[in-house]
Parts: sequence; structure tokens; C-alpha cells
Amino acid sequence: MSLLHLAIVSPLLLAVIIPIFSKSIRQIHTGWFVLPLPVVLFSYFLSFISTTSHQGTVYESFEWIPSLGINFAAKIDGLGLLFALLISGIGALVVLYSIYYLAKDKEQLGNFYVYLLLFMGAMLGVVLSDNLIVMYGFWELTSISSFLLIGYWYHREKSRYGAQKSMLITVFGGLAMLGGIILLYIMTGSFSISEIVAQSDIVLEHTLLIPAILCFLLGAFTKSAQFPFHIWLPDAMEAPTPVSAYLHSATMVKAGIYLVARMSPVFAESPVWLWLVGGFGIVTLFWGSFSAVKQTDLKSILAFSTVSQLGLIMSLLGVGAAALHYDGIDDNVFTVATTAAVFHLINHATFKGSLFMVVGIVDHETGTRDIRKLGGLMHLMPVTFTLAIIGAFSMAGLPPFNGFLSKEMFFTGMVNILKLDLFSLSTWGLLFPVLAWIASVFTFIYSMKLVFRTFTGKYKPEGLKKKPHEAPLGMLISPVVLGSLVIIFGLFPNILSHNLISPAMASILPSLLSPGDIFDVHIYFWHGPTPELFMTIGVVILGILLYLTLPKWEKAYHLLPEKLTLNKIYDRGLESIQSGSFKLTRFYMNGYIRTYLVYIFAFFILILGYTLYTKDAFVIDTTNVSSIGFYEIVLSLLIVVATITILFAKSRLTSIILLGAVGYTVALFFVVFRAPDLALTQLVIETVSVALFLLCFYHLPKFKKEESKIPFKLTNALISIGVGAIVTAIALSANSTKLFDSISQFYVDNTYIRAAGKNMVNVILVDFRGFDTLFEICVLAIASLGIFAMIKLRLTRGKEG
Amino acid sequence: MRTNDLILQTVTKVILFIILLFSIHLFFAGHYYPGGGFIGGLMTAGALVLLLLAFDMKTVANILPVNYRIMTAIGLLFSIGTGAGSLLFNVPFLTHAFNDVYLPILGKTSLHTAVLFDIGVYLVVIGVTMTIIQTIGEDE
Repeated sequence: MSLLHLAIVSPLLLAVIIPIFSKSIRQIHTGWFVLPLPVVLFSYFLSFISTTSHQGTVYESFEWIPSLGINFAAKIDGLGLLFALLISGIGALVVLYSIYYLAKDKEQLGNFYVYLLLFMGAMLGVVLSDNLIVMYGFWELTSISSFLLIGYWYHREKSRYGAQKSMLITVFGGLAMLGGIILLYIMTGSFSISEIVAQSDIVLEHTLLIPAILCFLLGAFTKSAQFPFHIWLPDAMEAPTPVSAYLHSATMVKAGIYLVARMSPVFAESPVWLWLVGGFGIVTLFWGSFSAVKQTDLKSILAFSTVSQLGLIMSLLGVGAAALHYDGIDDNVFTVATTAAVFHLINHATFKGSLFMVVGIVDHETGTRDIRKLGGLMHLMPVTFTLAIIGAFSMAGLPPFNGFLSKEMFFTGMVNILKLDLFSLSTWGLLFPVLAWIASVFTFIYSMKLVFRTFTGKYKPEGLKKKPHEAPLGMLISPVVLGSLVIIFGLFPNILSHNLISPAMASILPSLLSPGDIFDVHIYFWHGPTPELFMTIGVVILGILLYLTLPKWEKAYHLLPEKLTLNKIYDRGLESIQSGSFKLTRFYMNGYIRTYLVYIFAFFILILGYTLYTKDAFVIDTTNVSSIGFYEIVLSLLIVVATITILFAKSRLTSIILLGAVGYTVALFFVVFRAPDLALTQLVIETVSVALFLLCFYHLPKFKKEESKIPFKLTNALISIGVGAIVTAIALSANSTKLFDSISQFYVDNTYIRAAGKNMVNVILVDFRGFDTLFEICVLAIASLGIFAMIKLRLTRGKEG
Repeated sequence: MRTNDLILQTVTKVILFIILLFSIHLFFAGHYYPGGGFIGGLMTAGALVLLLLAFDMKTVANILPVNYRIMTAIGLLFSIGTGAGSLLFNVPFLTHAFNDVYLPILGKTSLHTAVLFDIGVYLVVIGVTMTIIQTIGEDE
């Protein structure tokens, strides 16, 4: 366990303690106790920059399940560090923002911060683990914490719906990824990412390559909300806005991007990878920006915009894989796509984070996010307005903000793809720049809509729940920090290029580097009159035109029938799965215990009888059997007589007493066989269970006379005889077959020496086989709680109804 | 409904303590003679069931205001705690230790961590049995 491991799990540890703070110290907002952690983590991770910028890595391993090759291996390289910085940095800002966003006397802050810390730890785990299984564990934890955060206001129907949807989709992808991990393990025999990367040539030639790629991409695409799995992200906007800013724009949804980047060294040389990642990315980019324009809720606009921007980064990563088919890095025109991907990843976190916070402020101060009710807030909230302008212009790709730079590089990357004469890219590849350009036009339109519909136009105070005014200072700090970063990265992009972008690229495209080499990234503001510049100018001109004429062509969105939208398909799919499984269950679960007993015993006979038959296990061996004594005959006769009498008993009381008689006779058997412990136990158990039966008997309905003549049922008779026969056969065979030497001599020898006890039975129970006992009492406890819960719950429901 | 259980009640008052003492004896004897946490617990539970049969639920609940679910939990805690305690001494989970100690009055006694484990079993068995019987008995 090193400091690095501690840093990764520290949010999880704090999550354990934080409820105590939130309960006992109510005067202080719980967020203040959480805030120091991400700040400390951020500065801790910053200290690694000097290592990674010289292509160094930090590797710490901690054995977890070494026999399966599963170790908690933490590795810091360029890519992991970039994400760790995003997670802790944005995390700190979001926590600060949330302190002002969530009122301390109205909200369950304890829960909120526990979920948030859970997420932070899980996310750090995802990006810093070098072991795929460990990463998978953290990956699912991000899904779960995201589920909890979306459903934070669980009394709202929509929150629950959104939480369930995100959970179903992302966990589905996560499981697919687990399949991919196992496939990779089959191919390479390792769970370690570094080792798998070293064996990438084996993976690329293997027949399982395509299934593995598909599995991993399913994981990445569901998490990063790529088309057609993007439908969960807009619904996830039901979460509190700080959560949306953190999880659903800056970090969690980028886990998919991270996965694609991380697995690029393994898979990227395959043409399937390039086409799938690039293709899905560009389609998502287009569809997201296209759908964002029609939204009326501010957060929905941002949600679809996030979908589209994630698609943009994804497509860049896909296209960047082309660089692998081109030797050398000095004049490699395709690496620019990867550079753009990393750069845009940072930029998106800054501008989208600040935009979400701006929207949160608007929501908080006006009480609505509906764009149709808002307008003219510019004079009331000047700071917020400025921040919105910065964020939205950066998103639209306007100078001098950082979005402009990465958008230009994005165009460069997309245009360059045409130069590649591989995988039929020179023909079909034309789709990439075309879709990219159209999507950018839509991006421009919704960015403008976001700002100008909210802050300019006519002020409509009658539609608002609150009287709007500028947000408190504390709430503005975080978006102001992010907004200034947007400008700083825009004007001086090269402070990032050597410290963060180049090391991250080295992790994505390691095979292009010879040892000691680094990617020489330099971002220019002015490239001269290149095609990308004209593309940007075209975007701006057409964007302004279309924005101004928006009311005229907006109707085009209603052309697609409601029934065919992905959301409807998801809803109906979910419904039919539910009703289908309900029908299937109802088919055999009819609510009668006797039916279930028939199933259980029928399977019992079938399976055990089959095994006995196929394994040829039925043997009767009487060599080691002692002679049968007088007492044994008497006792067995007693048991048989009592049992048969039960069948003909006319009242329940008689049956219970007869059953008790059977039990006590068995206890006598133990006495005859000189097993005092068993005899005692059996006696007491029998006593208690007779008492229990009497109690139950008191509650059962009257024993009806009509029922006393139970019609003879062939199946039941067959099953009961069958169970008896099988159990007898197994008992006889078990006694006659000795596969191993008896272990009893070990106990005889060691009971006193090793355990200082004289009663062998008890020493076995508490010492030699203490684990068994431990689990048995756990089972007992669970069973008793189950009975308690079933009966008590039924009672309360009865009262309600 | 109960009219004629005077004899049962009188006998119970006497016998109850004998059974309880016997169950405690069984519990402690367990390591050397027949007995142990499981049987001891069952015997105690049996005594309590007798009490329930002789008197009614409410009376017993007044005499012994015990929450048996919590008793189960405490028992589990004992057993798991004993097991986990061995981890502190860097030996595998559930490794027991014993030693002879000279105690006042009792003289030379063998002390054994297995007893702690067995206390857990004892409590769980009582807790489980009584939870089940109480729940079903209270259900109306």
C-alpha cells in the first residue's frame, strides 16, 4: 500500500466518515469538510507532472488476488495523470459550488457528499489502475454512484426514471466490457494493461480480436453516451446541477473516452477500430448537436451538447489511429487528430463545466430552466452573462477562446483523413469532414441560443418563481475560475502542450515513439489561410443565418414520428421485458407452497437419480456393518409407525404430536449410538419446534372436514415415494463407498493437543471447522430477519390498506 | 382462553431457573463434556419458550425486555470479532489461542478464545429462535 494507493482510495475513506460530520456538526455546511480533499489530491497529482512530461511513469502494485493475476496496480502516466487532474481539479470546484447550491437545512447533505466522494474515488481508480479487473470494479462503482446521484431527489418520478435508465445502459456496457477483458485475458494471459499493450501484436492477429473490440467499445460507448446509447444522458440531467457539471460533462462520461484512449495501443491498428470509433463518434457529434437545437430546457441543451462534444473527441481518437499506418512522427499529419482529442478533452471540461454552473445559477436564481420563460437577464446578472458568453463562444469555436483552437485542429484532423489511402478512407472518408462541418454549424446555433435566449430579449418576470438577481460570490468562484481557464488556454495554449498533451499522447500512441522521444506539440493561433479557417468562417456565417431564421425551420424537427425515437424504443423495450418476465414467472409461480414443493422434489429426484445412474454410484456394501440390536429395531418400528399414523391423523394437534414423537425417537437413536451432543441438540430442537408448530397451528385456518378426505394423487404419491427411495439409496451408497480415508483419526489425535479441548464435537464446531459455524449462524440470523421482515411488513401493509 | 394453567405457571417458576442454570452449565462444559454454545443457546431458548407457554407474550416481554434481533447482531459481532481478532496477531482468520491462567477463587483455569466465539453462537441461537417464535406468536 503506497501513498498513491492511499490517494486513490482516500475519497472512499472520507465517504465513510462524512456522515458523522453531517450528523453531528449541523451548523457548518458538510461541503466544507469535503472540499480540502480534492484540493489536496489536485496538488498531489500536480507534483507528478515533472515525471510524466519526461515520459516517466510511476508504478505501484499491491497484491490483491495474486493467484488470479489480479493486483491493485496503480500507474501514473500522461493519460492517467491528465484525467486524475481533471477529476480532482473539477471536483474541488464542484464541491465549492455545491456548498452554495445546496441549502444546508433543506437537503440531505450527508448522502450527497457520500455519493460524490464515492464517485470521485471510483473515477480515480478507473483512470489510475493498470489492472483491468480492478479498473472494471471501479468502473461499475462510477455507474452506481452516478445512479445514486441522479436519483438524489428520489421523490421525483423523473429522477428515478433517469437514474434507472443510466444504470441499465451503463451497467450493460460495463458487463460487455468485462467480457472484453476476459477475451483479452484469453488472448494474452494477463490482466495488466501494460503487459497487454506489450503483446498487442498477438492480440491483433488473434481470431477473437473483433469480439474483444466490440465488447470494449460497447463499454466505452454506453459510458460516454455515444449514439445510439446517448439517451440516458439527457435524462441524467435530473441530478442536482453540480453533479451534472461534474459527472455528466467533465468526468464520468469521459471514462469511455479514457477507455478508448487507454486501449488504443492495443487495438488501434485494426481498421475496424478506426471505422467504429471514428464513425460512431462523428455520427454522435452530428446527432447530438442536431438534437440540441430543438431543446427548450437549458440543461437539456447542455446534455445534448455534451453528447455531441463527446462524439467529437471520440471521432478524433478514431481518426488519430490512422497515424499508426504512417511511419515517423516528424511529418505525420495524422497525429494532429490525437492532439486535438486530448486538447479538446481539457477544453470541454473547462467551458462545459462553467456553462453547467452558469445554468445552475440561472436555475437557482430564477427557479426555471425553461428557455421560453427566460430572457433579458443580462442586466440582472452581468457576471453570469459574461461567463455564459465565454463558455458558449468557446463551445461554438470562436476566437480567442480555447474552443476555437481545438475546433480548428479538429477540422485539420478530419480534412487530413482524406489523404490516407487505406481502408477505403479516400472515398467514404469524405463523410468525416462533411459531417464534422454540418455538426459544427448546429453547435454554433445552439451555443448562440443558449446565451441569447436566456440573457437578451424581453425580460419576463411574471413567468419566474423567484425575483432574479446576481448569484452570491461563493457560487461564482468556480465558474469564474473555469471561465478564466477558457481564456488562458485560448491565449496561451502551449502551457498545456508539453506538460499534459504530449505525455497523454505518448500513452495513446506509444508505438510511434522511439525511446527517449516525445511528441513535439505546438499549438498555433494563426495557420494562414488554410481550409480549416474557411470552414470556421463558413460555420460562423451559416450559423448566424440559421440562428436568425430558426423559428422558420424549427418545424422540421417534428418530421420524425414520436414512436420511432430511441427513447420510445427504450421505454417500450423495458416495458415488454417487464411484462414478459412477469408472465413467464406467473406461468410456474402460482403462489401455492404445495406446487413449489412438487417442483423442488421433482428436480431433486431427477438430478440425484440421474447422477446416481450415470456415475454408477449405487452400491450396497455390508462388510463393515455391525449387527442390528434389539433397541434399534424397536426404535425404527416406532418411527415407521408414527410416520404412517401422521398420514391418517384427523386433527393437526395429533399430527404435531406424532411428528414430535418421530423427532424424539431419533434423539433416542443418538443415545443408543452414544452421541450425547447430538441427542441433546435433537431433544431441545424437537421441543422448540413442537412449540413453534403449535404457535403456527394457532394461526392456521380451521381444519375443514371436507379436506380430511384428500383425494389420492398419483403424481404426489410418485414424488413422495421417489424422494424416499432416492434418499435411502444415497444413504446406503454413501455408507458403502469410501473414497477417502476417514478424517476422524486426525481429530482424535489433535483435539487435545492443538485445541486444548476434550469434547471433539464441540472443538470441531468452534475451532477446526469454525468457518462453517460462522456461516451457519450468519444464515440463521438472515433467516430469522427474513421471517421477521415478512411478517411485520405484511402487517403494516394490511393496516395501510 | 387460558384458564387452567396454574400448575404449569407454578412449576415453570421453579423449573425455569434450573433449566437456565443447566444451559449455562452446558455452555461452559462444552469444551470438555457434551454441550457448547449451540446446545446451551437452544436450551436457554427452550426455557424462554416454556415461559412463553406458561404466561403470555406481554408478560414475558415485560419481564425480559430484550430485543432479540439486536441479540443476534451482538452474537454475530462476537463470533466475527473473535475471528477477525486473530488477524491482529498476523495469523489466519479464526485461529484460536488458549492458555492456562491462575484466577482468584477458581484456581488454575484454561482460558480459550473459542469461548468468545461460542458466546457468539450462543447469543445468535437464542436471538434467532426467539425472534422467530416472537414474530410468529405476535402475528394476529
